[in-house]
Amino acid sequence: MDRSFGDRLISVITYVIYALFAFVCVYPFYYIFINSISANNLSERGKVIFYPMEIHFKNYVSVANIPGLLDAAKISVLRTVIGTALTVVVAGFLGYMFTRETLWKRKFWYRFVAVTMYFNAGVIPWYLTMKRLGLTNNFWGYILPTIVQPFYIILCKTYCESVPKELQDAAEIDGAGTLTIFFRVMLPVIKPILATIAIFAAVAQWNSFQDTLLLMKDQKLYTLQFVLYQYINQASSLKALISSTSSSTQLAASLAHAATATSIRMTVTIVVVLPVMLVYPFFQRFFTKGIMIGAVKG
Amino acid sequence: MRSDNRKARSYREFLYILPFIILVAIFAYFPLYGWIYAFHDYRPPFPITRETFVGLKWFSHIISNPVRTADVLRVLRNTFAMSGISLFFSWFPMIFAVFLNEIRCRPYQKFVQTVTTLPNFISWVLVFSIAFNIFGSSGAVNSVLTDLGVIAKPISFLKSSKHIWFKMWLWLTWKNAGWAAIMYLAAITGIDEQMIEAAKVDGATRMQIIWHITIPSILPTYFVIVMLNLANFLSNGMEQYYVFQNAFNQDYIEVLDLYVYNIATSGTGNYPLSTAISMLKSVVSVILLVGSNAVSKLIRGEGFI
Repeated sequence: MDRSFGDRLISVITYVIYALFAFVCVYPFYYIFINSISANNLSERGKVIFYPMEIHFKNYVSVANIPGLLDAAKISVLRTVIGTALTVVVAGFLGYMFTRETLWKRKFWYRFVAVTMYFNAGVIPWYLTMKRLGLTNNFWGYILPTIVQPFYIILCKTYCESVPKELQDAAEIDGAGTLTIFFRVMLPVIKPILATIAIFAAVAQWNSFQDTLLLMKDQKLYTLQFVLYQYINQASSLKALISSTSSSTQLAASLAHAATATSIRMTVTIVVVLPVMLVYPFFQRFFTKGIMIGAVKG
Repeated sequence: MRSDNRKARSYREFLYILPFIILVAIFAYFPLYGWIYAFHDYRPPFPITRETFVGLKWFSHIISNPVRTADVLRVLRNTFAMSGISLFFSWFPMIFAVFLNEIRCRPYQKFVQTVTTLPNFISWVLVFSIAFNIFGSSGAVNSVLTDLGVIAKPISFLKSSKHIWFKMWLWLTWKNAGWAAIMYLAAITGIDEQMIEAAKVDGATRMQIIWHITIPSILPTYFVIVMLNLANFLSNGMEQYYVFQNAFNQDYIEVLDLYVYNIATSGTGNYPLSTAISMLKSVVSVILLVGSNAVSKLIRGEGFI
């Protein structure tokens, strides 16, 4: 009797504590979302706490009209799509090639790639290299350095090793070359691991901030993450921006709908977080595999 | 004839991977050449020449210039504090996973796991935006506290240096704990069900099962995490601290990675000094990595490199 009471008490406490954890993780997103669709004069004074008030969607319209924001969205989408596609295909290909015993000096080249996980030259030498290569203020500065990712390659290699050798041997007897085997035989088989990598590479590209900070001075190449950071940190520039847009398009807008620094900040936050939220349900099943990305043995 | 074919194919296959080997050489190895800037009086855009070579000047500058020494010590203090707190609380995700596993209602367990993992997938900029919107002067926390009459004036949570190390740990935990717990949950699933059944037959309580079976079974996983923490002791990364830094908390938030960036970009920008410090950091980091790997080998019988 005593024991079951103790167990039950633990249960109750556990449920309550985890409810708190869940709340702490969900509420911030909910809070920003309801504020982005509430009357702006209320949200600016912090009056919207539990549910949206005087719902309107004007903020999303005004945000779309901010000069430069659409360009930033375009850059973010482009780098995510191009960067992810290249990273995934290259990870699959190199993972496969590093299992080919015929590859010249296979072990050496594998280590040559894998060991780069464990060191980096530092921001300044990296920046100077990028500058020398003409990759500062250049869209490809987002893509080229991210193509070869040792983590992902190791994952693919391990996965390829688990595929029965007979599959490749059979194709070889049929006269298939190295590349044909990769594209026709291996690529379809290793799809699950490539899907995992695609998700993680895409999230990394979308969230990337530091490379814009270091490499890009040209505003046309700013990403959404970078623009959002500027909006939060440089309130003065945001105010100037609002007055310039409001004078032309929002003269007639009421106080509840006129853009404020707060409304723009919150709305842009939702815009930036939305793509991650949308794909999130789909990549849950890759979690356990994904965590291995951080814990593989080279 | 056959061996000729084999050789030809072996080289051909190398040609296929050559473009990517070149990418690695350019973006991972070539920047190491930039370490020579630490031995020069380099001022961009002027190129380095034999005249600009100054030997170890910038390395000794760290020790001989009192202002710089104080700066470096302050930054090291912050780095040690942040990494130390993380290391001290590194058991948190493990305990989080252990008790999450105790929840018998599957949908609830799944729900908690799903929402606590979400923050791992948003950027530090977004975390900062959330912090700004929730803890800013007109944010949720301040407006609720003022409405309840707890405080008269909004508290500046972000524009203050108070408890900044602990706050940074809280944000880091908010972002990562749910994600880190998944690894432990996977380890817990691997525990032999029969062992737990046998313990139950013997009359063990849930706390006893947790203490004597669950936790010992996942300790090897925890051990690897601690070793990785040690290996990365000096590398907190700069992004989190960069987005959260401001004039008020600068003295306490600046960690080594951020300092290296700041001295290169603020004012006239001291590239050689920045490079020198990041070189020293790299050397120590490699030693820590090799060291913790050796410890891991000694205790677990296998390393993590």
